Amino acid sequence: MASDTLQSTSHTGWRAWLLTDTPASRMQARLGQLYLGWRTFRSNPLALIGFLIIVALVLMAIFAPLLAVHDPYAQNLDLRLRAPGEDGYWLGSDDLGRDIWSRIVHGAPITLQIVAIVAVTAPTIGLLVGTAAGYLGGWIDVVLMRITDIFLAFPRLVLALAFVAVLGAGIENAILAITLTAWPPYARIARAETLTIRRADFIAAIRLQGAGPIRIITGHIWPLCLSSIIIRVTLDMAGVILTAAGLGFLGLGAQPPLPEWGAMISAGRDFFLDSWWVATIPGLAIFIVSLGFNLLGDGLRDVLDPKRKSA
Amino acid sequence: MTEELLRVEDLWVRFPTPSGKVVEAVRGVSFSLGRERLGIVGESGSGKSMTGRSILRLVRPPGQVQAKRIMFHDQDLLTLSERKMRQVRGNRISMVMQDPKFSLNPVMTVGRQIAEAYRLHTGASRREAKRATLEMLEAVQIRDPERVRDLYPHEVSGGMGQRIMIAMMLAPDPEILIADEPTSALDVTVQTSVLRIIDRLVKERGMGLIFISHDLNLVATFCDRILIMYAGRVVETCEASRLHEAKHPYTRGLLNALPRLDEPKAALEAMTRDPAWTEAPSVDGYL
Amino acid sequence: MATSEALLVEGLTVAFDGSVAVDAATFAVEEGASFGLVGESGSGKSTILRAIAGLVPDWSGRIEVMGHPLGRRRGAEFFRTVQMVFQDPYGSLHPRHTVDRTLSEPLLLHRFDRVEQRIEEALEQVGLGPSFRFRYPHQLSGGQRQRVAIARALMLEPRILLLDEPTSALDVSVQAEVLNLLDRLRVDRGLTYLLVSHNLAVVAHMCERIAVMQGGRIVETLRADAMRNLTPTNPYTRDLLVASQGYSAGEEE
Repeated sequence: MASDTLQSTSHTGWRAWLLTDTPASRMQARLGQLYLGWRTFRSNPLALIGFLIIVALVLMAIFAPLLAVHDPYAQNLDLRLRAPGEDGYWLGSDDLGRDIWSRIVHGAPITLQIVAIVAVTAPTIGLLVGTAAGYLGGWIDVVLMRITDIFLAFPRLVLALAFVAVLGAGIENAILAITLTAWPPYARIARAETLTIRRADFIAAIRLQGAGPIRIITGHIWPLCLSSIIIRVTLDMAGVILTAAGLGFLGLGAQPPLPEWGAMISAGRDFFLDSWWVATIPGLAIFIVSLGFNLLGDGLRDVLDPKRKSA
Repeated sequence: MTEELLRVEDLWVRFPTPSGKVVEAVRGVSFSLGRERLGIVGESGSGKSMTGRSILRLVRPPGQVQAKRIMFHDQDLLTLSERKMRQVRGNRISMVMQDPKFSLNPVMTVGRQIAEAYRLHTGASRREAKRATLEMLEAVQIRDPERVRDLYPHEVSGGMGQRIMIAMMLAPDPEILIADEPTSALDVTVQTSVLRIIDRLVKERGMGLIFISHDLNLVATFCDRILIMYAGRVVETCEASRLHEAKHPYTRGLLNALPRLDEPKAALEAMTRDPAWTEAPSVDGYL
Repeated sequence: MATSEALLVEGLTVAFDGSVAVDAATFAVEEGASFGLVGESGSGKSTILRAIAGLVPDWSGRIEVMGHPLGRRRGAEFFRTVQMVFQDPYGSLHPRHTVDRTLSEPLLLHRFDRVEQRIEEALEQVGLGPSFRFRYPHQLSGGQRQRVAIARALMLEPRILLLDEPTSALDVSVQAEVLNLLDRLRVDRGLTYLLVSHNLAVVAHMCERIAVMQGGRIVETLRADAMRNLTPTNPYTRDLLVASQGYSAGEEE
């Protein structure tokens, strides 16, 4: 624009170093970009709340043994179904007299484990399949995308159920099943992005310099697909937690006595009318964490969206 | 020629940016327009488009427009209510943008869009509007108006799209036409025919034309009077035919930077920008 | 004769889904010369460049670079001989790569030595200096981006540069700087240019010989001075010339 010199706010110290238009090293350029992204993210209070929820979940998972006041597996049949606050049970006790707070706390690492594994594997498979299909085209595209279509044709929970039924019940198989059902949407996104990127002049330029397809896909197309994939991942995590909980609820995911939140709801179902807390409290935990991921995803969209104009 | 249709006094357009800076796109521009072809030339970022838009109050928030006054006859456009402004916009002052593809509705036929614009401004009947549409398409020299009327915007070429836009903008018989780079997206041979249409309509109807362009040659040959803008200010104003006698170093620099068919040069002159150009007050462009 | 020709195109025809974009184009560019292709949008001028560069899969005819006929696939030798500068400096640089990465990649691909030095020299040559090395494209102006794109094309020390409307997205004063830069580089490095533009004045300024294209065909090939003297024989060339001189109120046919 005409003149932006007149009233520029002056930055000092490390901030000036980060925001400079003339970075002196690769590192400084990268950190500057990260800092700008953080500033955009920070200006969105809801995203910040989401971020804090996820941080809280991670801390809870790390310090679970310290936060839990009881042994999550210790049964005490004399103190069954205590209401929250009674007899030293902050959030009440379940039908076997186990402390619900301690079980929630110990359930956090399980939830986090599911989320982490799915968040790493499913998008990677999707990215590989989608960019290869989009960039290479031809019969590779047709084959890969028809496989994707087949996976997409089934409702996610039903397909996960089918996989678990074949593989056998258990938390590992539940994670595997969720991964197998979660990658196709990423492949679709990655392919759509690749189709527009591959027409760009900068792809033509690198082809003209003799780069092969693998280098172009990994070095030039992936970085541009990554932002929409990351956004999608965070928005998807709520769904993943719910699917895991659903499998747990149906008895096909985590097996008793593992304190997985979905399985806990399932166990509380029978006492719901008299002892609402047994099912409600793990439900609330799932709700809060899902919400956290959704808010985080929304905030990341503002930061990473490639269509966003750079200030 | 002496009658003033529009008078802009001390116009400023400012954009606050998220980081707290304020970008001043237009800085204290003053000019007036009679029944003439007024050219505004400048490079990208000179504020020429913003000047055009702010007359019609089309600068989007967070942009802020400020001026002593923008007089259209005896009305100050800055103080009009949004409803009154809508009557001025399109009805009495029209605007043609650079790319017709972005200004036409892609899911409506060309004919319907023109007819609707016409009905909105005149309150004519459907049948009347249909007849007027054909007349307007003929006025912008479209050879087969009956066929073109039923086409969708993606089915017409760039040159034809721009003619259609012009037809639409001229439907309500405005007094002023603001054309923002109307031919930059067109091929040179098409450009000439579109300009001839604008020229003829402006002359026949005694309209005032503000022609915004980056193309010095074009403005010099097409317009009557020129404002040269740099960094949000008018640095020089002159008769179009005397552009080549321009004195300001920026204008001279632009002229010398241009490769010319008639005068071969070993190297083009690279401009050295004097910071003083940015600071000097805006030259007024009154009649 | 054949040895002095850097680029030879004979009967080049390119068709996209049934429509012919380039119809039997034939021309030759001597080594060290600058050849221009002018025409309006859709005339096929950019398609010729892309066919030479190997970015268009289906073409027929004969293309020779430095005396070697080209096949379907281009090898490393071709990439070190021919490079291209694209029209839109906003679309031709990877938005997430720094200038440094953009310039170093071709060097790594072709295993050049002295990578650090070469990058700094290249930036110096296009008039940018070392402070631009770690910037992202969005931290550069249009003219600076085009300079980076030119530097990238020069990294592999090619003999022939294909220039696709290299200045049409730039302001007049920036265009002058970029054209001067291209002129200087051609002299310094003995480069051969094939320049595509819709702007007659730019082509006449840069090139000794010019081919005028219309609807996929080369309608006339002439010397730049013939263009300047307004003595083209083809009526379309004459129309183009008149139109490019600015607006004339003369009666339309």
